[in-house]
Amino acid sequence: MIITIASGKGGTGKTTVATNLALSIGTKVQLLDCDVEQPNAHLFLNPVFERTDTVTTPVPEIDMDKCTFCGKCGELCEFKAIVVVGETVLAFDELCHSCGGCMAVCPEGAITEKGRELGVLQRGHCNGIEFMHGKLRVGEAMSPPLIKEVLSYRDPAKLTIVDAPPGTSCPVIETMKPADFVLLVTEPTPFGLNDLKLAVGATKILDIPCGLVINRCDMGDEKVNAYADDENLPILMEIPFDRRIAEVYSRGDMIVDVMPEWKAKFLELYEKIKAQLN
Amino acid sequence: MKELIVISGKGGTGKTSLMAAFSSLAENKILCDADVDAADLHLIMDPKVVRRTEFQSGNTAAINKDMCTECGLCREMCRWDAISAVYEVNSIGCEGCGVCVHFCPEKAIDFPENTCGEWFVSDTRLGPMVHARLGIAEENSGKLVSLVRQEARKLAESKKLDLILTDGPPGVGCPVIASIGGASAVLIVTEPTVSGKHDMERVAQLAAHFKVPAMICVNKFDLNLEQTREIENYAEKKGIICLGRIPFDPIFTKAMIKVQTVFEYNGQSAVGEALRGTWQRLAEKLELG
Repeated sequence: MIITIASGKGGTGKTTVATNLALSIGTKVQLLDCDVEQPNAHLFLNPVFERTDTVTTPVPEIDMDKCTFCGKCGELCEFKAIVVVGETVLAFDELCHSCGGCMAVCPEGAITEKGRELGVLQRGHCNGIEFMHGKLRVGEAMSPPLIKEVLSYRDPAKLTIVDAPPGTSCPVIETMKPADFVLLVTEPTPFGLNDLKLAVGATKILDIPCGLVINRCDMGDEKVNAYADDENLPILMEIPFDRRIAEVYSRGDMIVDVMPEWKAKFLELYEKIKAQLN
Repeated sequence: MKELIVISGKGGTGKTSLMAAFSSLAENKILCDADVDAADLHLIMDPKVVRRTEFQSGNTAAINKDMCTECGLCREMCRWDAISAVYEVNSIGCEGCGVCVHFCPEKAIDFPENTCGEWFVSDTRLGPMVHARLGIAEENSGKLVSLVRQEARKLAESKKLDLILTDGPPGVGCPVIASIGGASAVLIVTEPTVSGKHDMERVAQLAAHFKVPAMICVNKFDLNLEQTREIENYAEKKGIICLGRIPFDPIFTKAMIKVQTVFEYNGQSAVGEALRGTWQRLAEKLELG
């Protein structure tokens, strides 16, 4: 089973829920951090990384001895990533979406592919949890292929908990796609509600069941609860604002380690998710 | 004219709340919301939309069933597995590369342009505002960010305004890169947590990579003084100006619920004092008149 933790708005507590849920379950569980722009789960779980692999995406390499400057590659490319100007071919690797079209259309067979570095994928373990994350190279714009690579390590024999990036655009959609259940972490504020509605919209487009965790549930108004009622969205957990929790988080500690009474609550959350799926 | 982009690396550090508060202090400015994916500034600014324009970008393949002979070439060539066994294009999976359109021997694939969202020019009680809404699950957020910034600049020039105050997106990827290129400076709003510091360092590296001067302020600084000092030490080492510390205060949430900036909610708060000091130093560094 794949449970993806998402939110729309940033900073609502996605990583807190993902890491504490994984640690509470403890066995036959893997955590995949797909917020490749800003991966944070490792700061809380402190996994020992056993492998670091560079992740690349294919981009064209042009054999200038074979190229006749016919320009067909440039005509095909939708992303202006390859252009023929006179007797020169300019390839803009950072614009390339790796569709392979230029290579397929070249009548001279002058185009092959080489890898462009997107970032790294790191794998390790911590307290019985199999841990994986992607880290986008600073300056790199294209995160979906790296997210796809992280998700390719999901193990059907285990529970997979996926930490998603904020928002509702392509990186989030790529992350949510394989989920059996999306757990949306929100806060009862106007910003929280606005972005929650967008995230719920994303789960509807992908046709994946979802439920809510309301974090800092006593710091705001009642509108998120009213929205959940109207939309028939189950509220599976509420976390009150507690300065101790904020301080535990700030140090990079785990709530279930410092405040062990929370372990039962996260296990109850897991049971409720399973009940939603039956 | 100066353009300041408020970013954070990590989401939820208080970018938009601080940006709204600065809107109460800055003069002769235009507001711009470049977080097109999960825009929130309008929830405080309550903009009256003056002009609304569709944002069109990219294309999606559509197979014409009457002409398709199900030869399978498109399915073989598509690197996103976006064409199903019954020859229907999954619009979410389609990257818009046009490879299937080009190679279809029957010319059976159309390639209409996408409407991915819309952008707005608005009036607010704190000045003009340019903002946008990217459709859920849409692509090309970077292009919409660039468009919103361009339009804000045009409007600022025509109205002879001194400052473009822009709310940026979280992260370090495509929309952030589109937000900061060529700006006068970025203000990184961070928080004293291990994740806040980690994400601040990455977005500071990004600003350095694109040669945009960075400044920093630590929001909710009193939640962890040790982390606050570590963040300020890091900034000092990297030549990033520390503008100030803002205390943790539920007043931000209370103001947000009332559709107000913190200054409109309460002109005398401790948070307000800290924000005034931060803004004054920022205005000096940006050499605002």
